[in-house]
Amino acid sequence: MALKASELTVGDTYSEIVVEDLKRTQLVQYAGASGDYNPLHTDEVFATQVAGYPAVFAHGMLTMGMTGKLMTNTVGDGRLKKYGVRFKAQVWPGDTLEAKATVAAINSEDGENTVDFEIETTNQDGVVVLTGQATARVDA
Amino acid sequence: MAAEFRFPVEASHILMFARSVGDANPIYEDAEHAAGTEAGHVIAPPTFCQSSAQFDPDYFLRPKVGEPWFGSGKNPTGDPERLKGGGGTGLHAEQHFEYHRTPKAGDQLTATVIPGKEWEKQGRKGGNLKFREGITEYRDQNGELVVTARSIGVQTEKVVEKES
Repeated sequence: MALKASELTVGDTYSEIVVEDLKRTQLVQYAGASGDYNPLHTDEVFATQVAGYPAVFAHGMLTMGMTGKLMTNTVGDGRLKKYGVRFKAQVWPGDTLEAKATVAAINSEDGENTVDFEIETTNQDGVVVLTGQATARVDA
Repeated sequence: MAAEFRFPVEASHILMFARSVGDANPIYEDAEHAAGTEAGHVIAPPTFCQSSAQFDPDYFLRPKVGEPWFGSGKNPTGDPERLKGGGGTGLHAEQHFEYHRTPKAGDQLTATVIPGKEWEKQGRKGGNLKFREGITEYRDQNGELVVTARSIGVQTEKVVEKES
């Protein structure tokens, strides 16, 4: 269901737990689907013994993809015009992530209604792992 | 990275990609369901274009036949240079997508990679940081621009410490 501009208010928020207790297997699954097989994300031996990290960690793009699920669940399928993020902190196996989108602006231009969102995804400790913006087409 | 390569948008790839980000939305896997939606078709999830890496012949984060790979096997890495340490990590700093329309299963996209700006900054945790921007334009079988992707990568001097 698409959103309606007339029913939205700046400051409205939408949120969703996009992953609970992130599994290493999901990192492998994302590597296989996306084509990014970086051992930092898929190979605990390399990540810990060679690269010096405490564990493998998630592809930034996996966090963006999981956060994207909130966006499409919120605005409807095929409604996004823009979606951009900044990766703020690493995401580790075992993390639980909550994505939150807040209505920042409601626009009407050339007969097209759009909504701008501010996005923030945080882990179970309240650390912000991703911030971003999105713009979506909405109904009048 | 190749300057230009073909990126066929395939239904089975969309299904696998949607599963990998934990998205069970039927528009990514059920053509009959999708036909009854506003989009009218199996479409790609918002970050799907990232998986065009699968079709980039030169993509460096995929093991290739006959070439050394730096992941672990008999040894913790297949690249002895990495054991010397002190090396930083290439990380993804930002990613932006602009959708001129939503890609759908059956599209035959062509990805064109355009190098962007480069700059340096002193980091909070990882020492000196080198940033590099890259823009990828995805055009369809009719030459129409479908998605513009802008990526910013960062090369750190040191290993990035875990947030406590």
